[in-house]
Amino acid sequence: MKLDRVLQYSQAYNFYQWVFKRHAPEPGVVFLSQRRVYILPTRHGLSFGGSLVLMLIGSINYSLSLGYVLTFLLAGLGVVSILHTFRNLAHLYVSAGRVSPVFAGDSAQFQLVFENRSGFDRHSLDLACRGATASCDAPARQHCSVVLPLKAEKRGWLQLERVTVETRFPLGLMRAWSYVQPDMRALVYPRPDSAPLPLPYSDADTGDAVSSGAGTDDFSGLRPYQATDSPRHIAWKASARSELLLTKLFAGRAASELWFDWTQLPADMHTEARLSRLARWVLLAEERGLRYGLKLPDAEVPLGEGFAHRERCLKELALFHG
Amino acid sequence: MADPRSADALPLAPLVALVAGATLTVAPHALWLPWWVDATAAILLGWRAALALRSRALPARWLLLLLTLASVIGVFFSYRTIMGRDPGVTLLVLLLFLKLMETRLRRDVFVVAFLVYFVALSNFFYSQSIPIAGLMLLTVFITTATLVGFSAPQRPVMDDVKTAGRMLLQAGPVMLLLFFLFPRVQGPLWGMPQDAYTGMTGLSETMSPGSISGLSLSDSIAFRVKFDGATPPRGQLYWRGPVLSDFDGTTWRVGLPQLRQDTRIGVEGAPVDYEVTLEPHNRNWMFALEMPTSLPPSARVTTEYQVISLTPVRSRIRYEMRSYPNFSATSGAEPADLALALRFPRVFNRRAQGLAREWRDSSGDNAAIVRRAVEFFRSSRFEYTLTPPLLGANSVDEFLFSTKQGFCEHFASSFVLLMRAAGVPARVVTGYQGGDTNPVDGYMVVRQADAHAWAEVWLAENGWTRVDPTAAAIPVRVELGITAARPGGAALPLLMRTSSDWLKALRNNWEALANQWNQWVLGYNPDRQREMLSWLGVQQPSWQTMTVMLFWSVAGVLLLIALWLLRGIRREDAVQRAWLRFCEKLARADLARALPEGPLDYAGRIAGRLPAREAAVRAIAALYVDLRYGPRADPHSVARMQQLVREFRP
Repeated sequence: MKLDRVLQYSQAYNFYQWVFKRHAPEPGVVFLSQRRVYILPTRHGLSFGGSLVLMLIGSINYSLSLGYVLTFLLAGLGVVSILHTFRNLAHLYVSAGRVSPVFAGDSAQFQLVFENRSGFDRHSLDLACRGATASCDAPARQHCSVVLPLKAEKRGWLQLERVTVETRFPLGLMRAWSYVQPDMRALVYPRPDSAPLPLPYSDADTGDAVSSGAGTDDFSGLRPYQATDSPRHIAWKASARSELLLTKLFAGRAASELWFDWTQLPADMHTEARLSRLARWVLLAEERGLRYGLKLPDAEVPLGEGFAHRERCLKELALFHG
Repeated sequence: MADPRSADALPLAPLVALVAGATLTVAPHALWLPWWVDATAAILLGWRAALALRSRALPARWLLLLLTLASVIGVFFSYRTIMGRDPGVTLLVLLLFLKLMETRLRRDVFVVAFLVYFVALSNFFYSQSIPIAGLMLLTVFITTATLVGFSAPQRPVMDDVKTAGRMLLQAGPVMLLLFFLFPRVQGPLWGMPQDAYTGMTGLSETMSPGSISGLSLSDSIAFRVKFDGATPPRGQLYWRGPVLSDFDGTTWRVGLPQLRQDTRIGVEGAPVDYEVTLEPHNRNWMFALEMPTSLPPSARVTTEYQVISLTPVRSRIRYEMRSYPNFSATSGAEPADLALALRFPRVFNRRAQGLAREWRDSSGDNAAIVRRAVEFFRSSRFEYTLTPPLLGANSVDEFLFSTKQGFCEHFASSFVLLMRAAGVPARVVTGYQGGDTNPVDGYMVVRQADAHAWAEVWLAENGWTRVDPTAAAIPVRVELGITAARPGGAALPLLMRTSSDWLKALRNNWEALANQWNQWVLGYNPDRQREMLSWLGVQQPSWQTMTVMLFWSVAGVLLLIALWLLRGIRREDAVQRAWLRFCEKLARADLARALPEGPLDYAGRIAGRLPAREAAVRAIAALYVDLRYGPRADPHSVARMQQLVREFRP
């Protein structure tokens, strides 16, 4: 256990990772130890150094004592800024925050949490990952969270890649940076297409057609609440008078109990197009308060409604392996 | 994304500070820069401010290029060149302000900051005084705070100022080490521009008494003297400078200097030992009390007893000297020398020549003639003035017999002419007379206003003998200094007026400070560095040794600064430390806390596993939760928790 930790923060391990591009996600809280904080001058830092050399030559040539003083003061400033920049990044704790599912094509908002347990403020911590950037400050002994919007291209799990955390505070002459890869992933749903909701199938086998007297149009009675019932259909007034939570039943409901079936889609549709269509239907059905179920070649989600049901359907679609 | 051309791409407060820093850096240059440069800078400044305040777009690049080209051409027409120190600095100033006109990105901010640093350095070409140093420190401070402001835009300005101040304070020790230990090389590294040394004041190689109607007294310092023993009386303080022996009727000139090793001086009495710190004056001569018997390194003495440096004095130098106030100077008395000391144009100043012939005929020897002449000056009611009337071709006649108003040059010039006309070899010696001892640090200060001219005559029995006709005519000039000789103090520089005691005390303190500044900051050269290192016990260090010393001392200082900076980096509060220690003790007993396990759950699990320790475990967890998440940390509870953890054995 201890050896692992030592290994993990050793330069040899860093080198190994760098050479073999093995950037494994790190679970838990990532500690930016001094060994994994790198520091080099920025372009401006290099030109600052060049300027100092010119100033030194000028001072020598003209025997300017105060020229030496100025040059050396600025050199001292440059050297001290190395320490300040390093200190601004080292010994931070980075952990994974939350990330909500998104649809393919949108940006997944990865939230990272910085914890500054030190007795001084950290400023201008810049994050970069695959072209997305974000910035935050972490005051002394406080947490700060920063959201990194990453473009979600494909459905499925979007693993957070290696994030570069860098800072140029305070002078911009030095850049301290470190790589972190908290173990976090976002669920990416298939991108819904723009198809309309299909007509309900009049499926003879299921038999639960018009006769059951349930629909969404006309109120037809009450029955005890079931976990899958939409909150919108709860009869709050009636429930207050009875001991049970009651759900309103509507006539014609059977007409809108929908099964979204993979096999019912046109045969020439691609897998992704099918998933997009199904995702679209799930969204529309949920929007209209319908009860719907999902049939995929390898999975089936029974009839239901509500946010949790929608998420479950979309997750099946997102993780579908064709 | 905002239009990158718009002026508000950068935060306003640091931008204002950046412009302020740039303006402050350029301010000392404004006094000597060509007027059109000052005007251009002011216009650009106003333009930039207007654009920033109204968030308007900055001018187009082609316009700025045009302006830059115009600036270069303007500088060329002002100086007839764009090379050299003054044109270079002028261009730098113009570039700085033009760059401000296109400061829209962070990259531009850095360029401006570096230009400000260069301009700050260029100020030291013209003055290295304490006020200028203070001003430049202020501009560096402002510019640094600006850089901090741009790298953390959301912070209050005061925080940026504090960060910049702290960083400069930490840079201070590094600067001191580098300043004192960096291996010093005596400049210049290559040929200096022609105009590098303009503006240094000092004595001139020529003297035309009749052509000056107003002598401006400058209280700038010529040199400082530290006497080893007692200060000689004022009447002996003749600081010998250029000797003028060639006269064409209106102008005295320096004769051809002849360097000889065998300068003869007969001395008696006690010597005076002293150290001179000479301000740069861009000439070769060095000053010494009459008559010097030792020579500073890299200096020679002429047959006219003039100490000459082998290179022009272009930086402040220090040298030890020994002089004898009682001497007989017998060198430079070859027949050719004496003949030179008798030459004068006979067509001018007929009346003076007649008077001299009269003395010649009625006196027995040269000494008697000199006595007659001194008596003449003493009794003729001359008036000492710094604003004498202009004189014509017969300048000596006019001065001696009609105007009778003049300063030391008039007296010395006419006295030497009278001597030559009477057949006594004579010459004019210029230099300084007197000097004020600063009671604060004991240094004697000799100013440009103490410049003086006197005469030297050749007497066979005594060699070259000093005669000061000014002292004969106006005794207070030498006894009390120029301040007393002047009727009314209006023309004197402020600091030389003696009326106010507190002003004098202020001046003395200030000059003592300036002297320390000169000795230790400005005068810190390769010699001083060797001196200081040998005082530290390092004899004759090579540059390698010095580099090693520098490296380790800077590394040591940086380590201390790093320790100071990083002292708070691991600070976890006492409660957390105690809790972690508790968890560690349990982890060693294979009862590590699972990641998602809260403190109370963990304690419950441990209590189940270690029934004997249940009370302690639960107490620790309860205290931890209370201290960590409760409303207020009670110091007693913290101590209690620490004690429980310390005593805990799983």
